[in-house]
Amino acid sequence: MSTARSEILARITAALGHRPPAPPVPRDYRRSGSLGPGDVERFADRLRDYRAVVHFTSAAGLADTIAEALRRRGARHVVAAPGVPTAWAPDAIRSGVDSAALEGTDAVITACHVAIAETGTIVLDHDAPDQGIRALTLLPDYHLVVVRRQQVVAGVPDAVTALAGVRTQTWISGPSATSDIELERVEGVHGPRTLEVVVTR
Amino acid sequence: MTFLGMPARNLVGEPFPVAARAALGDAQLRRNLAKATGTIRAKRASVVAELPDWAQLRASGAAIKDAVLADLDTYLLRFEAALVERGTTVHWARDADEAARVVTGLVKATGTAEVIKVKSMATAEIGLNDALADAGVRAVETDLAELIVQLGDDKPSHILVPAIHKGRAEIRDLFRREMPGVDPDLTDDPRALAEAARRYLRHKFTTVDVAVSGANFAVADSGALVVVESEGNGRMCLTLPRTLVSVVGIEKLVPTWQDLEVFLQLLPRSSTGERMNPYTSVWTGPAEGQTSHVVLVDNGRTATLSDPAGRAALRCIRCSACLNSCPVYERTGGHAYGSVYPGPIGAVLSPQLTGVRHNQTLPFASSLCGVCYDVCPVAIDIPSMLVHLREKVVDVRAANAESAAMRAVAWAMSDSGRWSRLLRAGRLGRALGRRRDRIGRLPPPLSAWTDTRDLPRPPQQTFRDWWESR
Amino acid sequence: MRVALFVTCLVDGLFPEVGKATVALLERLGHEVVVPGGQTCCGQMHVNTGYARQALPVIRNHVEAFADADVVVTPSGSCAGSIRHQHADVARSHGQARLADAADRVAKRTYELSEFLVDVLGVTDVGAYFPHRVTYHPTCHSLRVLRVGDRPLRLLRAVRGIDLVELPAADTCCGFGGTFAIKNADTSAAMLADKMSAVLTTGARVLTAGDSSCLMHIGGGLSRLRAGVRPLHLSQVLAGTADHPAEVASR
Repeated sequence: MSTARSEILARITAALGHRPPAPPVPRDYRRSGSLGPGDVERFADRLRDYRAVVHFTSAAGLADTIAEALRRRGARHVVAAPGVPTAWAPDAIRSGVDSAALEGTDAVITACHVAIAETGTIVLDHDAPDQGIRALTLLPDYHLVVVRRQQVVAGVPDAVTALAGVRTQTWISGPSATSDIELERVEGVHGPRTLEVVVTR
Repeated sequence: MTFLGMPARNLVGEPFPVAARAALGDAQLRRNLAKATGTIRAKRASVVAELPDWAQLRASGAAIKDAVLADLDTYLLRFEAALVERGTTVHWARDADEAARVVTGLVKATGTAEVIKVKSMATAEIGLNDALADAGVRAVETDLAELIVQLGDDKPSHILVPAIHKGRAEIRDLFRREMPGVDPDLTDDPRALAEAARRYLRHKFTTVDVAVSGANFAVADSGALVVVESEGNGRMCLTLPRTLVSVVGIEKLVPTWQDLEVFLQLLPRSSTGERMNPYTSVWTGPAEGQTSHVVLVDNGRTATLSDPAGRAALRCIRCSACLNSCPVYERTGGHAYGSVYPGPIGAVLSPQLTGVRHNQTLPFASSLCGVCYDVCPVAIDIPSMLVHLREKVVDVRAANAESAAMRAVAWAMSDSGRWSRLLRAGRLGRALGRRRDRIGRLPPPLSAWTDTRDLPRPPQQTFRDWWESR
Repeated sequence: MRVALFVTCLVDGLFPEVGKATVALLERLGHEVVVPGGQTCCGQMHVNTGYARQALPVIRNHVEAFADADVVVTPSGSCAGSIRHQHADVARSHGQARLADAADRVAKRTYELSEFLVDVLGVTDVGAYFPHRVTYHPTCHSLRVLRVGDRPLRLLRAVRGIDLVELPAADTCCGFGGTFAIKNADTSAAMLADKMSAVLTTGARVLTAGDSSCLMHIGGGLSRLRAGVRPLHLSQVLAGTADHPAEVASR
């Protein structure tokens, strides 16, 4: 056992003294919300505020919508997370991607774990096959993510509940951005500079 | 080696009034700060107003942090066990030097000559970059603002936006001068500047094999670490290198994953004024093929914990809302505080981390206007804490002219007879300022007032004399 | 109602006209004003400069002076703030539990002038006449310690003849801050400069506020600039009537 460890623990014991119990944590904020009418549209609006591109489509129209988006983008080297259904993107590379290969990739397609209407946030679970390892959605400059309507929740507490036990997550709210120059928001630094979101109805 | 008696060099600077004077003379700096803080204040106010339960979230955030602090050792041990179980190696550091030594040792053991860094206040606090440089390792800052500071051999002046004191034209000039391979025709468009940084850092991300991060939150029961960021440099550093060392202050804990439902609402709205920051990374143990270390740092936090009237400063989640709202910070900038933690929170945190004896002017670097408390997402009553720390400063300081005057005035004010006589004697002041019926020049220390402000000439009759004669 | 006036040390010694105006206003509204002779100061300067221990006898003196009052009114947001939010805490943290309890009792009955008028007396129109262009600075402790909100503005809006103009960035501190103005004089002066610019853009003839301390600071700066803007306490504006107009000409 390290001396630093025992000494810090001893300092804490001494600092806390007789240690009165902490008062209970109030939880009277909105802990869960049900998705109301207009919430999915709100999710899309929030995403657009971050300058993400958003489309709505039916489950049947998904493949066409994705193909059209990739065509508009001019993407030729496309990868998809290994668990992405072939129906979404038949020609995508599915496995064996390393960071060098990803560097040369035009676009990446994934699903997501949950999405938050109030904040326009999409969360990836990197242990889920249809969302892929972290590098997959980081190195390509264009990320197309499919959000199924039932994955959209009202607020942050709903998403946190849905993510309990998920070990590796990335919360994405729009494309990469910085406010480091005069606190003015600029989209596009190191992460994908374009985020395109397809929401199924 | 123990911490006490050893002021941490990254938490103490020149006396605030001296440093502030220099900063106040820099008109460009004041313009940059006024513009930047004005922008962010408006954004914060609008996104905070959107949430109907902001007050409840704030109260909950404060209480969760208080609960952690009230049983800090229990939560630390729980966190350590969770980390170890998932394959992370845990290290403990009593002070800045020890923390820097531990990290430097871990980095050296990998044989790398370079590390990439995610912006981290803890690593700034422990002076890690200098320690690495001394050991022959180059630390590359990957956050845009940190990169600007590093290229300019400058110091951070803000918790969230370390280069807030620089305007776009200054940044363009700096990039043209210091950034290898930059376009000589680079413009001052923030988009172009961000693109230049992207190109410069891209190669580092894919080639450097060791990264150092901090953490915004550490979840005690699962060992999860959370980094909240905007640019994607954090994702790069956390994902690509094979070795990851995370430096975490012992107060960063939250008890459970579910508690983040509060902080992931409070932090982005308070810091950048966004509903949510672009990227938040959560990881629980090393990824496949990765080695991960966590260094838990005390460096004055347990000393802060020992003062019940000061410990709430450890609730701080480093959002910067108090800096952005503070009329003192807006005018002096962050460098005047001489600490990596500037602004109102710095004025209460830095002296507690170092001990007030080593940081005597910061508790006085506030007009106690109270805006910092209003905007704090974890309800740290900074004004009351400043007043408390001022008392501690007076206690450790030797008696001087000020304390003698304060004692004398207090003695007079404790009795209305003595006070009436003192007020009447004040009428002697009527000898001054007869020409304009106001006092324009007084000797030191009152010249500090009259250099810029007239004083009223004492009236012929005090209120109490008028009342008695009525 | 029998009202005990806590006039404050600053008004007593430097701005007696503010005290006189407060008396005139309360008496005009039909209330009896008493001025407990034992009063001196709330001790705020000592507490806020780190001399809480030295402030204890000052606090004790205040608590004793107002122990018998039914209601205490003071023309200062800052002093009311200190009495309500500092006195008992300072006493308690220095082991003086009985003083703390007594301080709590006085604190509960203490009101800043605009709170007293609006909340206790329930009036916003105090029958004042003040035919001048006025801008209002809401002082920090009124705003953020007492939370007086728009009470002073409601009182001012009801004044006949007044031309009330909004002060830009009104809720920003003027830079006074008690001994801050001396200890950090340069920063204080920089804050003052911005506050004065804001005042001057309004074209107001009179700057009013609920605290003589902040008015001494801003007014002292304006006087140095010979800006011709007169600082007047809220009580002085509200005390003005057609028969007894407030004096506005700069001294």
